[in-house]
Amino acid sequence: MTLSTRGPTRRRVLQTGMAGIIGSGIAPMIFTKGAWAQEFCNNPTGDTVTFGLNLPLTGTYAEEGADEQKAYELAIAHLNGEGDGGLLNVLQPSALKGNGILGKKVAFVSSDSQTKSDVARAGATRMIERDGAIMITGGSSSGEAIAVQGLCQEMGVIFMAGLTHSNDTTGKDKRRYGFRHFFNAYQSGIGLAPVLGQEYGSDRVAYHLTADYTWGWTQEESMKNATEALGWQTAAAVRTPLGATDYSQYLTPILNSGADVLILNHYGLDMVNSLTQAVQFGMRDRQANGKDFQIVTPLISELMAKGAGESVKGIFGTSNWHWNLQDAGSQAFTKSFGAAYGSPPSQAAHTAYVQALLYADAVERAGTFYPPEVIKALEGHEFDGMGNGPTIYRAEDHQCIKKVLVVQGNESPTSEFDVLNVVQEIDRDTVTYDPAIFGGDLGPAEPVPMCA
Amino acid sequence: MTNLMSRNDLLLFAGFTLVVLTMPIWLAPFGAGYPDLLQRFMIFGIFAVGFNILFGLTGYLSFGHAAFFGVGSYAAVWSFKLLTLDAIPAILFAVIISGLFALVIGYLCLRRSGIYFSILTLAFAQMSYNLAYSVLTPITNGETGLQLTLNDPRSLDAVLGQSVAGQPVPNLLGQPLSGYAGFYFCAGFLILAFFLAQRIAGSPFGMMLKAIKSNQTRMQFTGFNTRPYALSAFVISGMYAGLAGALLAVTDPLAGAERMQWTASGEVVLMTILGGVGTLIGPVIGAWLIKYFENILSALNDQILARFWSFLPDGAADTMVAITGKFVGDGWFLTLGLVFVIVVIFLPGGIMEGVRRIAGMFRRRSGSSPATRTQPAE
Repeated sequence: MTLSTRGPTRRRVLQTGMAGIIGSGIAPMIFTKGAWAQEFCNNPTGDTVTFGLNLPLTGTYAEEGADEQKAYELAIAHLNGEGDGGLLNVLQPSALKGNGILGKKVAFVSSDSQTKSDVARAGATRMIERDGAIMITGGSSSGEAIAVQGLCQEMGVIFMAGLTHSNDTTGKDKRRYGFRHFFNAYQSGIGLAPVLGQEYGSDRVAYHLTADYTWGWTQEESMKNATEALGWQTAAAVRTPLGATDYSQYLTPILNSGADVLILNHYGLDMVNSLTQAVQFGMRDRQANGKDFQIVTPLISELMAKGAGESVKGIFGTSNWHWNLQDAGSQAFTKSFGAAYGSPPSQAAHTAYVQALLYADAVERAGTFYPPEVIKALEGHEFDGMGNGPTIYRAEDHQCIKKVLVVQGNESPTSEFDVLNVVQEIDRDTVTYDPAIFGGDLGPAEPVPMCA
Repeated sequence: MTNLMSRNDLLLFAGFTLVVLTMPIWLAPFGAGYPDLLQRFMIFGIFAVGFNILFGLTGYLSFGHAAFFGVGSYAAVWSFKLLTLDAIPAILFAVIISGLFALVIGYLCLRRSGIYFSILTLAFAQMSYNLAYSVLTPITNGETGLQLTLNDPRSLDAVLGQSVAGQPVPNLLGQPLSGYAGFYFCAGFLILAFFLAQRIAGSPFGMMLKAIKSNQTRMQFTGFNTRPYALSAFVISGMYAGLAGALLAVTDPLAGAERMQWTASGEVVLMTILGGVGTLIGPVIGAWLIKYFENILSALNDQILARFWSFLPDGAADTMVAITGKFVGDGWFLTLGLVFVIVVIFLPGGIMEGVRRIAGMFRRRSGSSPATRTQPAE
């Protein structure tokens, strides 16, 4: 019986495609590798070191994922000394030599996280267990980031978060092995509120539509707090499922709610859909409470602005970074990204690229891949030149503190990429906050957990 | 022993056990010999075996089994959070909760049969999904997923004075369950689940279930009340799903709402049909195949394909990369769909029918006595 169940299974696998054949080509010897204890998870012993890129290539945030992938490939090329070196030339201080990391060439494996937490975790596990990834990075959703961050803490692998904007990532769900370069919803709130107060006055009534997961919840809370501090009222806050395509059922009640500002706590394709539909609904031509009806998108990127087209003109939001900034770092990155891919990078691409470099730099400074040492090298690290001005990786919550951009949809774009204008750069002292306000516990770095 | 189990059953069981336990060895050349995927093979094997008890034996096609799977996961994670990090209480708790849940849903849905039953289960599952996704977020944490944290109460562990350093992870009597330990833990449950399914299929109770499938009206005319039998099958298969969900939470302590979505329910139907409805082994093979495709094909990208086709001349290699690239990566669903269509058209009985045909061919050719050839499971 052994033969008759076993034979056909294998035969079937071989028949049904090149799967088996290709699989055997890339099969790592994880079984033999797991048999001996390593000093720490996936200690690189050969002459290469592998990054695990966990990217949403399908799903609501697919566009951000694709842009992140380009950025990672560029970062890895630059780390290996290929191309024009990009931000390696402007990072201050820098331990990077352009010959890989600690002399080892950087390689990568990738996985499609489908913008789903479960899938993201399975992909990360595969890259750690099978492909021997030393570090996991990427993601465009806070749900994913928090899920993968927990996993990485379990496995003893450093996680350099990609685009994640929820307060929880470095707040109540922070982890010792997780690091975030991107800013967060709280900082969006304190950055954006003064501009809103100045533009729209202090007696507005806001209506929130919120993506129903950790990021949406915290952004809604942060925006509520920030706008109510201005004197605004909140009419209602309605949650919409992630990945919804039709928002008409959520838009109709707004008309009779007495609200005169709509705050869209959406991102990616969700935002493109909700914003476009709200504008088609005639929201921006309406009058409410004797004032012009306004729409605010607290977190916006040029990818989404491009997707929303005409609808985004004049709308306020915040961004982590913009390709049109005039400092040396931003210019260098826009130049090498543009040369490689023919379009300016998005903020997702920027944060992904910077995270890869910061990890490599921390390993060089630590002189080892041993995660607790790398964590020490990252914690409290001050650097400059990456396009966000002087930046610190805060030791208390692993959040990068740097300036925040207030942006507005460009009324008269000169190209298809020139869709957002930077209205104001909020300096980093203004957006610094006490890490204790969100609670959470980083947990210990040692003993280093051992992955299988 | 022969009184308890026929020789064929015993051989089947022994063979199955051997195949499962040696998986890390024989799957390594296929790039699938790593603990996470092996654990998934076991877990979804259990899910499919349980689903087959309902669908394969009674013929009731449920489109909502992912709900029980998800309930099992949530119950297990809550047990980790509130009681203890030990896996056994979590599994017991999950199986009981999903059994109760299945009892309620089964009681309501089994008032109808055929397509109405399927639609009812689908409706209930979709309701559960939406509850988990957006209504019961204090319990399920919605789309973000329920995770373990350092600050969970864990009252039993607290009483016993156990504390965790670092990220809390489930264990078995203090032994960590990550990697291969987790695989063997799940493998033990799959073998147990398979054994139970085998016993159920061969028992008088199993005979009743098969009778329901062949002709329910006739059963009723001969004086049987079929409802309790069908309900028992429904609850048993719901408990199997709960067990699988709990094991997934044990090996990876995060419960997300998407594992309750209708696509997850559809997946287990696919697994069962692909492998062979009503056979014991078939659903397990179907589950393995689908999980293999999902994890291995979806991880291939153009660079790996380019390396694979590099033996061809340049132009031909690029063409092959372009063509095959559509079937891997995020296009793995396409491959799965093709395989499914081919299997359903040419082998309506699933992969197990293929096995039977091949076995039949050998038998005819060698002319050996049928007794030496083992029968496929049914």
